[in-house]
Amino acid sequence: MPIHEKDLIRPENLRTHEQLTVDGVDVSGHWSTFIQSRVVTDYNEALEDEIAALPGGEFIHRCWQCGSCTNACTVNAVNPDFNPRFWIYLVRIGMEAELLRDKDIVWQCVSCNKCTHICPRDVNPEGVMKAISHWLELKGHTPKSPSMVFDEVFSDQVIRHGKIEDGRTIRRFFARTGQALQQDWLIEMAKRLARHLPIGLLARLGFSAAIAPRTRGWSRARAAIEDYVKDQQATQRRALGLDGPGGPPTTREGA
Amino acid sequence: MSETKPKADKYRRVAYYPGCALEGTGHPYNRSTKAVGKALGLDLVEVENWNCCGAMEVKNIDPKVQTYLSSRVMSIAANQMRMDVVMAPCNGCYHNLKKAEHDLAHDPASAAVVDRLSTKAGHPTYQPGQVESIHALEWIKGAIGEDGLRERVKGGLKGLRIANYYGCMYTRPRNIFPEKDAGPGSESTSKPHFMDDLLAAAGAVNVEFPLKTACCGGAHTLSDSDLSTKLVLNILNAAEAAGAEIIATECPTCHSGLEMHQIRAEKRFQRKTRVKIVYFTQLLGLALGLSARQVGLHENVSESRELLAGKGLG
Ligand code: SF4
Ligand code: SF4
Ligand code: SF4
Ligand code: SF4
Repeated sequence: MPIHEKDLIRPENLRTHEQLTVDGVDVSGHWSTFIQSRVVTDYNEALEDEIAALPGGEFIHRCWQCGSCTNACTVNAVNPDFNPRFWIYLVRIGMEAELLRDKDIVWQCVSCNKCTHICPRDVNPEGVMKAISHWLELKGHTPKSPSMVFDEVFSDQVIRHGKIEDGRTIRRFFARTGQALQQDWLIEMAKRLARHLPIGLLARLGFSAAIAPRTRGWSRARAAIEDYVKDQQATQRRALGLDGPGGPPTTREGA
Repeated sequence: MSETKPKADKYRRVAYYPGCALEGTGHPYNRSTKAVGKALGLDLVEVENWNCCGAMEVKNIDPKVQTYLSSRVMSIAANQMRMDVVMAPCNGCYHNLKKAEHDLAHDPASAAVVDRLSTKAGHPTYQPGQVESIHALEWIKGAIGEDGLRERVKGGLKGLRIANYYGCMYTRPRNIFPEKDAGPGSESTSKPHFMDDLLAAAGAVNVEFPLKTACCGGAHTLSDSDLSTKLVLNILNAAEAAGAEIIATECPTCHSGLEMHQIRAEKRFQRKTRVKIVYFTQLLGLALGLSARQVGLHENVSESRELLAGKGLG
């Protein structure tokens, strides 16, 4: 009989014996592994509501655990521990401690939407993955993931100027994650680009820092969006029981 | 949206939404899209003073802001330019326009936020149905079609073996693309074929390519580079195993993801692949008799000129 919720068995609770005799019967070999029973008492009954309060998590309650999302998942194919169905299950029954065991990989969702495409219940598992990673960060369980930093750097430009420029986004991202821009493969890319591209385009790609594309008359849209995002973030922090006002809408380093 | 007009007429003149990527790394896609439009006698009118759609990033800050960003673009096209159709060559832009259209029609909360932001920003709120948003593939397929293309190709693609790569955002999730999977003639979300159809009509041979809608890990191309390299390498290897000389792309993000991680796989993991990465509009341009320069082959990172010139293309 396969064990369906194998993930719920903690490796440290497996008891394997080289030689084992139970009630005078030698059960060494095939029957030598036992699972130590445990009782879970530390539920976080608010967990589902907290995830549902974050963007993307709204429909988590619809999940009926069919597993289609995990079956279709791009990241699961590379790393079997990446399991959207299982995490949705843990959130719904409030098993926060179990969820935290996978806290460092949830952010790896590549937003390919294979799960959301296949989900028969319109749960939007892709959004739930984002909501869970966001929750982990807001609660301080994980540092900001590189992908969240990228989202912020990118969104900050869009909200400020209405447009983005790839080279600038790349530079900011590397700066904020403390990585060198001088990566062998990026240099190779730049060299191949530089062979043929007109100077004007190179400049636009951020090899010159002076030009930033902008949407004209964007300031009113920017103000409206910033207000709204600030509101939303404050509401979300309240829903998660975090004090104080929400932080700034997005990151705040130079324009 | 005037459903009565046949697509061939309706798509002759469209509002063109190039998006940010096409002004940067995706420039050759911009150039070749315009060149092909011109060669086919189609009229592209750029959306005035457009803004970024938010790509795959802004939604992670707030999905309704992303909906607003796309709605502003459609509002300008509809209310300022009086256009019926918005055409985007970028999968990200296209996806977000369709997602906004869907959310505005089905989610009152999104509609309320968009209305509030539009009013504060000082422009009319976009109403769902005011424009039809289409991808560059749907544009050429609808306005010209395979027969039209067959009549116009000069020389054609000479049996070039192509793997067609559509990526994620062109087909997923299905609920934002009500016109797909809608019977004969419509696009399929599981096995898309519009690019295959157009390139076949232009004289290419499409190989049997199983990873048409696989994900290249574009969302984490920089933040989780090893995963992206792995996913891209799968795609490149599958294309080569299927006998493709070229991977045709229809999205600047997919395209540069493949180019970037092809190099990264070689530099970091000594996994060299030879298949070339070319925008479908560049291939169509060549088939229509445009030069390598006119379609911007020299602006690609993936160097395909020798291969194509060897076949008398460009
Ligand atoms: S596919 Fe949908 S319903 Fe099925 S397990 Fe995943 S989220 Fe739940
Ligand atoms: S969107 Fe994320 S969770 Fe869903 S299938 Fe893709 S990688 Fe997996
Ligand atoms: S998806 Fe890409 S190209 Fe399109 S507007 Fe957004 S950032 Fe720009
Ligand atoms: S294939 Fe890659 S770049 Fe293209 S849509 Fe998917 S993740 Fe984005």
